[in-house]
Amino acid sequence: MDKVLLAHGGGGSKSAELTRLVFQRFLRDPLLMEMDDAARLPGQVFTTDSFVVRPLFFPGGDIGRLAVCGTVNDMAVMGAKPLYLSIAFIIEEGFPLAQLEKILASIARACRESGTRIVCADTKVVEKGKADGMFITTAGIGRPLFKKPVEPARIRPGDVILLNGPLGLHGISVLAARGEFGLQGKIRSDVAPLWELIKKCRSLDVPFMRDPTRGGLAQTLNELGHKKKFGVRVREDRLPIPKKVAAVCDLLGFDPLHVANEGKVVMVVARQDADKALRALRGHPLGRGARVIGAITKENPGRVVMATLSRSERIVMPPVGEILPRIC
Amino acid sequence: MEVCGTHTVAIRRSGVQHLLPGTVRLVSGPGCPVCVTPDRFIDEAVALARQGVTVTSFGDMLRVPGSRSSLEKERASGWDIRAVYSPLDALKIASDCGRETVFLAVGFETTAPVIAAAAMKALEKKIANFSLLTALRLVPPALKALIAIPQGDAAAQPPKGTGATAQPTAADTGLSGFLLPGHVSAVIGMQAYDFLPERRLPGVISGFAAEDIISSLLMLLDMHNKGIYKVMNNYPRVVRDDGNEKSRQVLAEVFEPVDADWRGLGAIPDSGLRLKAAYAALDARQRFAIQVENASPRGGCRCGDVLRGLIDPPACPLFNKACRPDRPLGPCMVSSEGSCSAWVTYG
Amino acid sequence: MCLAVPMQVIEIKGDMAVVESAGLRRDVGIMLLDKVKLKDWVLIHAGFAISKLTHKQARETLAIFEEGRFFG
Repeated sequence: MDKVLLAHGGGGSKSAELTRLVFQRFLRDPLLMEMDDAARLPGQVFTTDSFVVRPLFFPGGDIGRLAVCGTVNDMAVMGAKPLYLSIAFIIEEGFPLAQLEKILASIARACRESGTRIVCADTKVVEKGKADGMFITTAGIGRPLFKKPVEPARIRPGDVILLNGPLGLHGISVLAARGEFGLQGKIRSDVAPLWELIKKCRSLDVPFMRDPTRGGLAQTLNELGHKKKFGVRVREDRLPIPKKVAAVCDLLGFDPLHVANEGKVVMVVARQDADKALRALRGHPLGRGARVIGAITKENPGRVVMATLSRSERIVMPPVGEILPRIC
Repeated sequence: MEVCGTHTVAIRRSGVQHLLPGTVRLVSGPGCPVCVTPDRFIDEAVALARQGVTVTSFGDMLRVPGSRSSLEKERASGWDIRAVYSPLDALKIASDCGRETVFLAVGFETTAPVIAAAAMKALEKKIANFSLLTALRLVPPALKALIAIPQGDAAAQPPKGTGATAQPTAADTGLSGFLLPGHVSAVIGMQAYDFLPERRLPGVISGFAAEDIISSLLMLLDMHNKGIYKVMNNYPRVVRDDGNEKSRQVLAEVFEPVDADWRGLGAIPDSGLRLKAAYAALDARQRFAIQVENASPRGGCRCGDVLRGLIDPPACPLFNKACRPDRPLGPCMVSSEGSCSAWVTYG
Repeated sequence: MCLAVPMQVIEIKGDMAVVESAGLRRDVGIMLLDKVKLKDWVLIHAGFAISKLTHKQARETLAIFEEGRFFG
């Protein structure tokens, strides 16, 4: 490998390869090597993210809303209340001021919605053609508020896997908004801040939480099970996939499990806490569709297995390469 | 044997193979057009891209390794290579950008009429900067080669380096019947498979849902058990018994059969399609000087034997070790419909 | 490579048509079929309609397609 490929940005196994073979040779801090969504500092979590979505505006959101929610959610899934954000803009020469204002208004709204404060910011402008409109980078600080820290070491066979709602909306929304495959018609992205939903489970024992963004549910389930002594098992008939998402995936040959989400959380809880967790999640608008999608098993350690609609089985692999570029 | 790559994926994605009794084994065939395309085609596409031609293609082809590079790598080096969903999208790119644009015409009889229609549109709209690099293949000649029916001249030995062993006979493959491709059959009709009953082999044209596949397998087993050798249409909601005459007409307007090389099966007479004289202006091989070296064999790769159903993917020494979906060595691992890819992805 | 999905014709523009399924629309070529009419269900492959289905067949296809799936 001598060049960075688009596939390395896909969030799947090729991204992991780039991280392992290149980045981790130079950046080896023990906290970084945990490879969580955010770093655990004393009494705080600290995270960073960048956003290169194209198009900048799509049904249900824009790059600004995505930037705030994405960063908030990286902290929320660590069981932390998001507090402060930094935001840095790289803007292309010629960018219309009216659009910039729309994005900033959206950012302000998302901050209010999520209870976060942007306390530092930076802006750079580059020549026309060098930034595809706008890129945004963020960082976030949050305070862990879960009674028990979110720690995968506590996962046990028998634990159940929960999901808060329908899959594939964000990736397909952006794809359709791009009009690239000749698709017309709108699908709303699910981009939303998840802390208010997630905090409803803060007194329960939640050993694992992750938001299935790039790489989709398949990537998240594989991160859950990778090299562990337990297996991950999900049921295809329990996975909520909206008709529009299924239609696009069938037409273009995508696997809905590989499509990005920006308002979804996967949680592992002890079986005896499942009812409590579901009631808590369903009490919030973003959790109305919360359901059990699978469980942690003794069998098939380190693998993700899906019970198919045909009452058989298949494994679920993380996606390879770029399914849909520039969706986050 | 299921012939069609889309069937292979449908089967493994639903796990149907686990529901079968131990006496029934499903074997995947050469129905993945990306997989059966020789390395040379990728090398030609790479050569075109490096000439500054805009290369458009179905997404599958981008990661297929040629003898030295792939289109994905060339794109990373800055050459203009784009994935499209339809050849009409490629035509639009040509018309919008004005640069020389080539579409990689790969596929079987489902896709060939689509490409033919796009070719007719190109001439109709006088889009002069659009051309096709063709590698279209036909399914019935490949089936005949698999069960060793002479195709006119005796079929040649497969060329060295395709990862295939000697020419198979029906005894080698041990096939008892065929799951026939649903959408290819929608074009060519049942009559295209008349040679199967003559060889005492049943065939069932099948749809792609798990229910379709299971009921089709039942029909095949039933025929096998009763010694009935027919071709049956188990996908009547899409496939008319006589196929789609209009599609065949459009195809025949633009393309004519030509001898073609198949990875694993070698040279098969009249198994490919080339542009007819009236459409020669759209032939990228005539428009551009394309220099490629002869491909050298890829050590250990057994794509050829996988494509002929002689081995299951795990029997290839490179399977899931040196050759994996994220770093494929052969097309069976990189194509979304390749057997090796399906085995790794779905188990 | 033989991916094809059923969609319904909602507009005809010469040798092209607009087809729709689950609220998604696309322009497709219809020159590979005879006599395509509004409200026909057709199978779409690589931007073209390659086969026609009767309404009953389309309903069957969609029913098979939807069987057991949870749409959330």
